[in-house]
Amino acid sequence: MTDGTGGGPGIRRLPSRLAAPAEGLSLVGTAIVGWVAVLAVAGAAILIPVGAGVPWFPAAATWLRSLANRSRARADLWFAAAAPNGVAAPEQAAPEQAAPEQAVLGELRQLPPWVARRDGFVGRLLLCRTILTDPAFRAEVLWATIDPLSGAVLAIVPFGLILYGVFGALAQPFLWATIHAFADGNYYAFIHVDSWTNAILAIPLGLAFLALGVWSGPWWLRCHARLTRRLLGAGRAQLARERVELTRRVEQLDGIRTEVTDASAAELRRIERDLHDGAQARLVAMGMSLDAAERQLERDPDSARALLLQARQASSAALADLRDLVRGIHPPVLADRGLPDAVRALALDMVPDVTVDAAIPARLSPPTEAAAYFAVNEVLTNAAKHSGAKRIDVDLRYDAGRLRIEVTDDGSGGADPARGSGLRGIIRRLAAFDGTLALDSPPGGPTTVRMEIPCALSSPKTSSS
Amino acid sequence: MRVVIAEDLFLLRDGLTHLLREHGFDIVAAVEDGPALLHALRTEAPDVAVVDIRLPPSFTDDGLRAALAARQERPGLPILLLSQYVEPLYARELLADEAGAIGYLLKDRVSDAGRFVEAVRQVASGGTVLDPHVVSRLLVRSTARGTVDALTDRERDVLGLMAEGRSNSAISQRLYISESAVTKHTASIFAKLDLPVSNDDNRRVLAVLAYLNR
Repeated sequence: MTDGTGGGPGIRRLPSRLAAPAEGLSLVGTAIVGWVAVLAVAGAAILIPVGAGVPWFPAAATWLRSLANRSRARADLWFAAAAPNGVAAPEQAAPEQAAPEQAVLGELRQLPPWVARRDGFVGRLLLCRTILTDPAFRAEVLWATIDPLSGAVLAIVPFGLILYGVFGALAQPFLWATIHAFADGNYYAFIHVDSWTNAILAIPLGLAFLALGVWSGPWWLRCHARLTRRLLGAGRAQLARERVELTRRVEQLDGIRTEVTDASAAELRRIERDLHDGAQARLVAMGMSLDAAERQLERDPDSARALLLQARQASSAALADLRDLVRGIHPPVLADRGLPDAVRALALDMVPDVTVDAAIPARLSPPTEAAAYFAVNEVLTNAAKHSGAKRIDVDLRYDAGRLRIEVTDDGSGGADPARGSGLRGIIRRLAAFDGTLALDSPPGGPTTVRMEIPCALSSPKTSSS
Repeated sequence: MRVVIAEDLFLLRDGLTHLLREHGFDIVAAVEDGPALLHALRTEAPDVAVVDIRLPPSFTDDGLRAALAARQERPGLPILLLSQYVEPLYARELLADEAGAIGYLLKDRVSDAGRFVEAVRQVASGGTVLDPHVVSRLLVRSTARGTVDALTDRERDVLGLMAEGRSNSAISQRLYISESAVTKHTASIFAKLDLPVSNDDNRRVLAVLAYLNR
C-alpha cells in the first residue's frame, strides 16, 4: 500500500500545495482537449457506416484513451496525496475512509491501446467493433463528455480562489472607485466596496481567500481525482473479477498439474514393470535356451532342437508383450491415421455394432488425439460391458476450435459418473485439456456421452517415428 | 520368381533378402522408403513384393499406402505386407478390392522361414494370407456376437484356418485330419453360415472374412 501513497519510497513526486492551483488550471486544459477528443470520436463513429470513419475512429479512440490514461495517472497522484503518508491534506482528519478504499482498489490501471488483429479495411472494421464493445471505452467517452462540466469546475476552484483573493487584496484598493462608477454596485464577496474604508476591509478578506485557495488546493484536486477515479475506474470491478477468475484458474491448473505429473509417473512405472516382467524376462529365457541348445547340439540334437523351439516361442512372446505395451502407450493406428481411423479400428473389436461418423478436416495435436482416443475407448468399453447395448454411434466433429465427441448407445441407461470410476477417470484426464464430459443416461436408455476438448488442428501429417 | 523388398531397417532388409534368395527367389530391388517402393513396383513389375507397412519418410503407414496405390494401377499386383502389429482395419482395406494376391502378416512370422516362404508363394500365385492374430481377433468378436454359435468347436478351428487363407490340404496337415474330413467340415460350415459355395480358394477366403467382418 505504501507504493500507492505520496509517502512511498521516492516513486512519485509529492504534489505541493502551490502546485495544486497550477495543476487545476492544467486539468481544465485537459478537460477541454478531452472534449475535442470526444467530438472527434463521435464524428468518426457517425462516419463508420459510410466507411469513412473506419480508419479514423480507432485513431480518435486511441487518442482519447491516451488522454484518459494520463488523467488516470494524475488522479492516482492526487488521490495518494490524501493518504496518511502523503502531504498534509485538509482531509487528513478522516484518513481511515481513504486508506481502506485505496488498499482495496489500488491504483487505476493504465489501459493498453487496442491492436488490430488483421491488416486492411476488414481488420480496421473489426477493430472498430472491438473498441465500441469495450466497456472501458464507453467509460472514457462518458468521462471526457462530463469532465469539462463537473471535473473542470472542481479543478478550477483553487486557482479561482487565489485569483479572487489577489483581486480583493491587490486590485480593489486601486480600482474600487472606477468599478464603482461604471458598475451598478461594487461588491467584493459580501463587502459593498464604495469607500476607502471598505476597500481596506477587502484586503484581509482577499488575503483570506488567497490563503484558502492555497491551503485547500489539494483537497479540491482530491475531489477531482475521486470523480475521475469513479468515471475512469469502470474497469475496476472487472479487474477484481478477473483477479478472482485468475486465482481460481491457477488453483485449478495447480491441481491438474499434480494429477498429470502423478499420472505420468505412474504410467512410466507401469511401463518399466511391464518391460521388466515381460519382454526383458522373455529375452533372458531366450538367451538361456539358446545357450543350453548350443551345449546340447553335439550330444543330443533332439533336445537341442526342442530348446531352439523354446527360444523361438520366447521371442514371439516377447514381441507380443512389446506390441501390447506399445498399444497401451500410443496405439499405432492413431499414430498412422489419426483419431477417426483409430476409433474405427476400435469399433472393429467391439461386440456391439459401432458406427463411426467423423468430420475432422486435419490431424489434431498428438496429445489431444491420444486423450480423445483413450476417452472414447473407455466410453465404448463401458457401453459394451455395462449397458448391454446392441448398437453404439460415435460422432467425431471438429468445429469452432473444439473437438466434439458424442457416443450414443441403445443400452439400459442409468449410468452414474459418481459410481463408475471409469467416467470419473475420463473427466479427470480431459480436465488436463480443459475438456468436459456430459452424461445423459436416463433409466431405460439411451445413454449419450458428450465430450468436448478445445484444441487447434495440426498439420495433416505428423511424424511419429 | 522376381521379388521387391521394402524394409527400412537394414538388419531386417538384409535378413529377408538372404532368406528369400536361399529359397530360390530373385530379389530385383530392396528399397527402404515409400517413394522408392512405388517406383520399384512400377518399373520392375515384380511377381511379388514383400513390404513393411511402416516406412520413411513419414514413418506411419507409407508402405501400406504405396501398396494400395500400386494395386490401383495394377489390380491384383501380389503384395505381402509385414508389420509389427496387425489391425483388422488395415486387413479390411487390403481385402476391399477382392482381387486376392494379398498377404498381411506380423513381422514375427519371418522367424518361421518355411511357413513364411510358403506365404510368399501363396500370395504370388494369387492367394490371400491373413495373420492368425487378425483372424483370432475376428473370431473372438464373432463368437461374442454369437454369429458363429451354430458351428462346432472343430468347425470353428477349420473356419479360422480358412480365414488365414490355408488350403484344404494345409488345414488337414495342421489339424491332423484327412482332407476328406476337412471337405466335410467346410461344406457343413458353408451350409450353416449360408455362404456361397466356391471351389476357388480365394473366393472362399473372401466369403469367410466378409462373414467374420459382419
